[in-house]
Amino acid sequence: MVDDILVRALLDEGLPPLSEPEPEIDAPDLPPGGVAIDVRGLTKAFGETSVLHGIDLHVRSGEFLSVIGKSGCGKSTLLRLLAGLDQPSGGEVLFDGAAAARTAHIGRLMFQEPRLLPWARVVDNVAVGLGDRRRSVHAPRRALAKLAAVGLEDRADDWPSVLSGGQKQRVALARALASSPNFLALDEPLGALDALTRIDMQALVEQIWREQGFTAVLVTHDVTEAIMLGDRVILIEDGIVKLELAVDLPRPRHRGSPEVAALEKKILRYLFDDGSYQPRQRAA
Amino acid sequence: MSDTQITLPRPFVRPVQPGAAPHLRRPKATLRQLLLSDAASWIVPALLLLVWQATAQLGLLPTNVLPAPSEVVAAAWRLTVTGELPVNLLVSAKRAVIGFLIGGSLAFAFGLLNGVSRIGEKLTDTTFQMIRNIPNLAMVPLVILWFGIEDSARVFLVALGVFFPIYINTYHGIRTADAQLVEMGRSYGMSNWELFRQVILPGALPSIFVGLRYALGIMWLTLIVAETIAANAGIGYMATNAREFMQLDVVVLAILIYALLGKLADSTARFLERTALKWHPAFQATP
Repeated sequence: MVDDILVRALLDEGLPPLSEPEPEIDAPDLPPGGVAIDVRGLTKAFGETSVLHGIDLHVRSGEFLSVIGKSGCGKSTLLRLLAGLDQPSGGEVLFDGAAAARTAHIGRLMFQEPRLLPWARVVDNVAVGLGDRRRSVHAPRRALAKLAAVGLEDRADDWPSVLSGGQKQRVALARALASSPNFLALDEPLGALDALTRIDMQALVEQIWREQGFTAVLVTHDVTEAIMLGDRVILIEDGIVKLELAVDLPRPRHRGSPEVAALEKKILRYLFDDGSYQPRQRAA
Repeated sequence: MSDTQITLPRPFVRPVQPGAAPHLRRPKATLRQLLLSDAASWIVPALLLLVWQATAQLGLLPTNVLPAPSEVVAAAWRLTVTGELPVNLLVSAKRAVIGFLIGGSLAFAFGLLNGVSRIGEKLTDTTFQMIRNIPNLAMVPLVILWFGIEDSARVFLVALGVFFPIYINTYHGIRTADAQLVEMGRSYGMSNWELFRQVILPGALPSIFVGLRYALGIMWLTLIVAETIAANAGIGYMATNAREFMQLDVVVLAILIYALLGKLADSTARFLERTALKWHPAFQATP
């Protein structure tokens, strides 16, 4: 009876009837918190080529893990497996101790390219990230709020083609955050940006991560970036974890501070002494 | 920094005389504006018309070769009053629209189907490609035997003609969907329908519009030929009839009407294109 009245009232208002209860949707966004990730004996082969030969990894809930390694070392493959875009050839990935399909956590992947829909306005691109809630009446408001979080609320009605590279990647970040993920995978998302925009974006990613408390895994080829953002840095080489290094520095960290420089040196020395790694030139 | 500025040679920093520049620039700017406006595309047709009228009036153009535009206008008026022109125009337009809708919607449907489904493609694409290579006007004798000279003959030919450009371009547009965007959509949990509606179809639209514009051209071409060869009404029939009675003005009128209808169809397609592809950088520059 009560439901009936509610439905009729909503129809009179011209609003779609609620097929599922929505109070939680209108509730203010609480920081989603993270999810612990356990990777056990993970392998991945493409045909004859084996890319990952048994990765074991534990990422604490809310931890920021940086993954570095040279091109083709399998770091992006690892990330795609974590994000569920590909299926592993062997081993398993557990979220809070359960297989991905059986947990309620939300995982999002931020790609190296912005991958915005060119035919959708900026705000509608962010709404894509709302997942199941993108059809809700609150979707535009929520999308705008996420856009505001990356400082682009005034570009909401623009087409993506008029934005700069950095702005596009910020929209992509807002889209990834729209569904308040517990796990955010970042696949070199800042790799194509110029050096100054990159520093801004690193600060933004760090700030949002601290506010939201999600678990973050960042794949990068930039050692400084890995140290600036990560609680821990791992180096992948030849499909296995070669080096693991805790970064116990207070945040916000300072680019060029002696502690950061020392860690950077440590990693680079390892890479050079190992002989197989040539640091990639940073994109200009 | 400031040192280099001070040592700059004088002429580089001397201001331009105020007043002189706008005076020089204004006529150029207005001419440029005129040439860039929508009206500019009609300058050449209007000039051609003027030259045509002038040469006809000066007797340089024999009337049994080409009647003066004024005579064509007079013929248009005469036929409008008798009702012959509106009736024939309506008949032709009806055939064009019906044929286009039948052929176009079938082509669109098959283009989408074969674009997204490998089975659909395997089953039908080869057949379509074989039929496509038959010039559709080669079917005219067969079509006359099937349908006689009724309306359905022209509708069939138009539908067949518009089918292939729309089919091929729709299919191509869907097939070349951006794989990165599709992957993005999937990773954000889009259903197949959402993926199609939000990612694949919008991406295919530019290609579909190319097909649409081609199809509109073929639509008129097919109709003209079909109506000229065998018909009992329509603009093409009117022209053939006029030829029998040596009414050159009516023949020319028919040709001009086809030109105008073609332009109208193209403008409609362009308008739709501009509306649907507002997001496309190529359409943002146009004011």
